[in-house]
Amino acid sequence: MKIEDIKKEFPIFNNKVQNNDLVYLDSANSSQKPLVVIDRIYDFYTKEFSNVGRSVHYLAVAATNLYENTRTSVQKYINAKDKNEIVFTKGATEAINLVASTFGQKYLKEGDEVLLTELEHHSNYVPWHYLRKSKGIKIQFADVNENGEVTLESIEKKITQKTKIIAITHLSNVTGAILPVKEITKLAHSKGIPVLIDGCQSAPHLKLDMQDLDCDFYAISCHKMYGPTGLGILYAKKKWLEELPPYQGGGGMIGEVKKEGITYGDLPNKFEAGTMATAQVIAFNESIKFLNKIGIDNIVKHENELMEYGQELLRKNNSVKLIGNPKNKGAVLSFTIDGIHPHDIATILDEDGVAIRAGHHCCQILHEKLDLVATARASLGVYNTKEDLDQLNSSINKCKKIFE
Amino acid sequence: MNLKELYQEIILDHGKNPRNLRKTDNFNKDAKGHNPLCGDKVHIFLKLNENKKVEDISFEGQGCAISMASASIMTDLIKGKEENEVKEIINDFLEMIKEKDNLNTKLLEEDEKTKLMCLSGVKQYPMRVKCATLSWHTLISAIDKSQNEINIESKEI
Repeated sequence: MKIEDIKKEFPIFNNKVQNNDLVYLDSANSSQKPLVVIDRIYDFYTKEFSNVGRSVHYLAVAATNLYENTRTSVQKYINAKDKNEIVFTKGATEAINLVASTFGQKYLKEGDEVLLTELEHHSNYVPWHYLRKSKGIKIQFADVNENGEVTLESIEKKITQKTKIIAITHLSNVTGAILPVKEITKLAHSKGIPVLIDGCQSAPHLKLDMQDLDCDFYAISCHKMYGPTGLGILYAKKKWLEELPPYQGGGGMIGEVKKEGITYGDLPNKFEAGTMATAQVIAFNESIKFLNKIGIDNIVKHENELMEYGQELLRKNNSVKLIGNPKNKGAVLSFTIDGIHPHDIATILDEDGVAIRAGHHCCQILHEKLDLVATARASLGVYNTKEDLDQLNSSINKCKKIFE
Repeated sequence: MNLKELYQEIILDHGKNPRNLRKTDNFNKDAKGHNPLCGDKVHIFLKLNENKKVEDISFEGQGCAISMASASIMTDLIKGKEENEVKEIINDFLEMIKEKDNLNTKLLEEDEKTKLMCLSGVKQYPMRVKCATLSWHTLISAIDKSQNEINIESKEI
């Protein structure tokens, strides 16, 4: 599959948005879906639907097999050791909540510390915040530097005897910084501290290898990976999934249920209570196939070229200021324009069919640190082209003209 | 949708050069407003005299052109009005932004209404309505002192 032709695979680009061609630059928020994924959902509901893992009739067995096939595909895609280390959740948010809640319940006590970074999305801060009240824990934040990066050294500085877990983003959704997660994990493990990585932004854009990374937990958002909404993945080392208590109770996650007591099911069922997002899981297999067909190396190359092209364009554009200048950077271009609020930028760009995001991008801690109320953000996906970035630049110029 | 309707000259002018962007000396009522969705912040200061008339009104804050213009125009129109008149104007404005085509209050001159109607363009942009109403909800809170900080997200509009 040629990367130049990828746009054709996404039906959304066949339609005009407010009489304009869609220039979609909001993939860090959520990506568009290729036809194969959309079709898979339709086909499953029209021809193959059944609940999984319970009944023994033909459709139930077939659906269960399809559901488990995705688990195997995910395992291979992220190079996890065991397929039962893949837990489906309703999103990356739930994946992090699952770890914060169960790890917190079992291992954290008053005065213990959880180490995050100032780059974290609210979904990798708020779940830990709950433990401040319920357990009396403390939360430390590793500093972000002037380039919008968090270095190994800044993590090391904040590790104390009381640090019980480190939870960090792999790729910042604002500055685009790619954190040295492998080195951080190695350092943490040398001190006996487990590591959770928020992989929401990295999973669609970088090559993933759980065994090489050696992290304890990795959270993935499927709707950012050209997959359906309502689905996330928690990768966790088997020993953790065995040791941690269940997160939610219900059908499907039990072993034996008696009046006197309950035993829990085997992995990963223990963490998949109730009817799961079956159609989404099955359709997500198509997202993985789609990514494999293009090849992650080609995706990385394509997005890097675009990011550098976009960065160059915006740098040359007077009064546009790029936020963050990390050495190792993903395909995110956050910016401000002197004298124009990001929400006004987003509304004016929208008139040309250019979809960006404005606001604090669920990163208030970072915006406060950068002394910014809000930023505008253009984020890239496989389907973007240089023409998209040219359109972004010319719409920014139109915006500047209105506010002249 | 029409961008020109949203970003009219008056809005751009008030957005760029907001009137009453300062802090009233000896204010006797104030309230803060915040829109967590976009980070817009406003702090309104009121000085009511013994007859409950607005002797001075001012604001401090940061926000988009719409929210700054709205606060600027609002403070201009409110000055000199009595407390109950202020409430009537606020209600009229919020109803207009919500559903009505026009402003009905007799407390404003026609040219003042025209100015205020410039903000009606946000009706076509549901995500931006809160930008226009933040300062107005905050003014209610300053008058009533019912709440210390208004969180626009929890308001219906």
